[in-house]
Amino acid sequence: MLSYLAQRLASTLLVMTLVGIFVFMLLHFSAGDPAAIIAGDYATPQQIEAIRQRLGLDDPLLVQFSRWAWRVVQGDLGVSIFSNTPVSTLVLQRLEPTLSLAVLTMVFAVSIAVTFGVLAAWKAGRPVDRLLMGFSVLGFSMPAFVVGYGLIYIFAIELRWLPVQGYRPIMEGIGPWFQHLVLPTLTLGLAYVALIARMTRASMQEVLEEDYIRTANAKGVPARAMLMTHALKNAGVPIITVIGIGVALLIGGVVITETVFNIPGIGRLVVDAISKRDYPIIQGVILLFSGVYVLINLAVDLSYSLIDPRIRH
Amino acid sequence: MTAITTAPAPAAAPSSGGQLARLGRFLRRNPTMVLGALILIFFVGVAIVAPLIAGDPMLKLPNRRLRPPSPELWFGTDHLGQDVFARTVYGARVSLIVGFSVATISVLVGLIIGLFAGYYRWFESIVMRLMDGLMAIPAILLAIAMVALNQGSIAIVVAAISIPELPRVVRLVRSIVLSVRELPYVEAAVACGARTPRVLFRHIAPSTIAPLIVQATYICASAILVEASLSFLGAGVPPEVPSWGNMIASSRLYLARAPWTIFCPAIALALVVLAVNLLGDGLRDRLDPRLSRRL
Repeated sequence: MLSYLAQRLASTLLVMTLVGIFVFMLLHFSAGDPAAIIAGDYATPQQIEAIRQRLGLDDPLLVQFSRWAWRVVQGDLGVSIFSNTPVSTLVLQRLEPTLSLAVLTMVFAVSIAVTFGVLAAWKAGRPVDRLLMGFSVLGFSMPAFVVGYGLIYIFAIELRWLPVQGYRPIMEGIGPWFQHLVLPTLTLGLAYVALIARMTRASMQEVLEEDYIRTANAKGVPARAMLMTHALKNAGVPIITVIGIGVALLIGGVVITETVFNIPGIGRLVVDAISKRDYPIIQGVILLFSGVYVLINLAVDLSYSLIDPRIRH
Repeated sequence: MTAITTAPAPAAAPSSGGQLARLGRFLRRNPTMVLGALILIFFVGVAIVAPLIAGDPMLKLPNRRLRPPSPELWFGTDHLGQDVFARTVYGARVSLIVGFSVATISVLVGLIIGLFAGYYRWFESIVMRLMDGLMAIPAILLAIAMVALNQGSIAIVVAAISIPELPRVVRLVRSIVLSVRELPYVEAAVACGARTPRVLFRHIAPSTIAPLIVQATYICASAILVEASLSFLGAGVPPEVPSWGNMIASSRLYLARAPWTIFCPAIALALVVLAVNLLGDGLRDRLDPRLSRRL
């Protein structure tokens, strides 16, 4: 177990280093002068030169990279060109909305999707299964902003049940906080629910054909206990894996959902940075989100032996 | 699908009747796949004949702003007085071009990298680590960064979407190569003195075609989604190009007053992606039964 842990940690470090190299190289392989790109369309030559000096763009690439990587390791993601504030400060200011949305979506999506998947596998081929799987194809095909505007139009503009847009900090009360997050959570969660439900169904179907399930049925274990304890536990590893991989979907979705619902989170930070061409922000957030993604998947890998004692490393 | 048209009809039955019966059986057994194919063919047709059926998508007439749908203007007009129907029709071109180009490019490049990665051990370890790194970067963010750093154009958008799709193809191809390279017929080809490129492209590559076709449809669907998302976020094709994502982005302040400006392109987008996904699911079930059990 210890050597497995060390091995996984080493490969995680390697992946993060590669991510760092990719993100760093992006700026240097783009068409044109990085300093001019960062300075924007209306910059004077003096401003471009100042940026070049500040970023040390005249040094050899390897020197630039190691200097940059060293700062990143220390938590310094660079400074926003536009507001002159450290990117890490900007990210921290906007952490709460994004974290609220992501955690709420995870909880909601995983519980709904696993229930749907188990139900579909149990009733495989029946109308319930067809309905749920049809819904899941639909869930894959609907872009987040289409779902989001549809929900806003129905529930906020026509029915007036929920607020149209915006965000309330959790400190101002759970009620308003939750109300503002209901539609964004549904929007962000749809594709994730579809993905996990499909995998749950496939994995459960395989397990339901096993001999011990037949035994459980034969000795009269109630369907609910048979599904939840006998089958779902054994079908767990692929489901947990896809929950981890699907986080990539959530990260992309956060950017879109926050834009649709005008939520001042990290996703909006990136979108605002696109129009201002504030490259350090884009770079910093890519690094951060990739790091989160890699760490979540590391946790997923390590959790296998907890879910399934047969897996020993 | 080609099996239907090329298979010889039973000798006894008149050939057209036999073919029709087969076609009927095929339609009954794959209703969703046929539905997907029909929707897709419809949109491809619309995209091709766009200039014949729609007016000028860029024409801005200030005296017809935010008009609701009517017999003259089927999908109404937006806040700039542009014909939403014309823009939706031309938007199909952007989406389909991006979808097909990304699918083709990422499958071809991924195939070549994957073939060599599966065959040469030293190459494999480098490539697979690189792919792990690439996979760790969320696709939309990587694409945003690439587009933000370069001037937005369809070519840049296609490249920015293709690169994050590569690892999936490379991994798939590599895993097939790893299992196929041990089979006796490959060994026989090597024993006969076939050079490595010939072994790879003549003897191993054909095994990857069926799974790659399935993968290509999924990549196409996801590319259409990502392109629309990028345009919506302002990091896609230039804003004046009538793409569905651009249309939704520019109309988003008018959701309550003019919902048609958003929902016409939105429904078109969802339909195309749904069609490609249905087609992919159908192809997967027919071409790759092993995979269809997994997902």
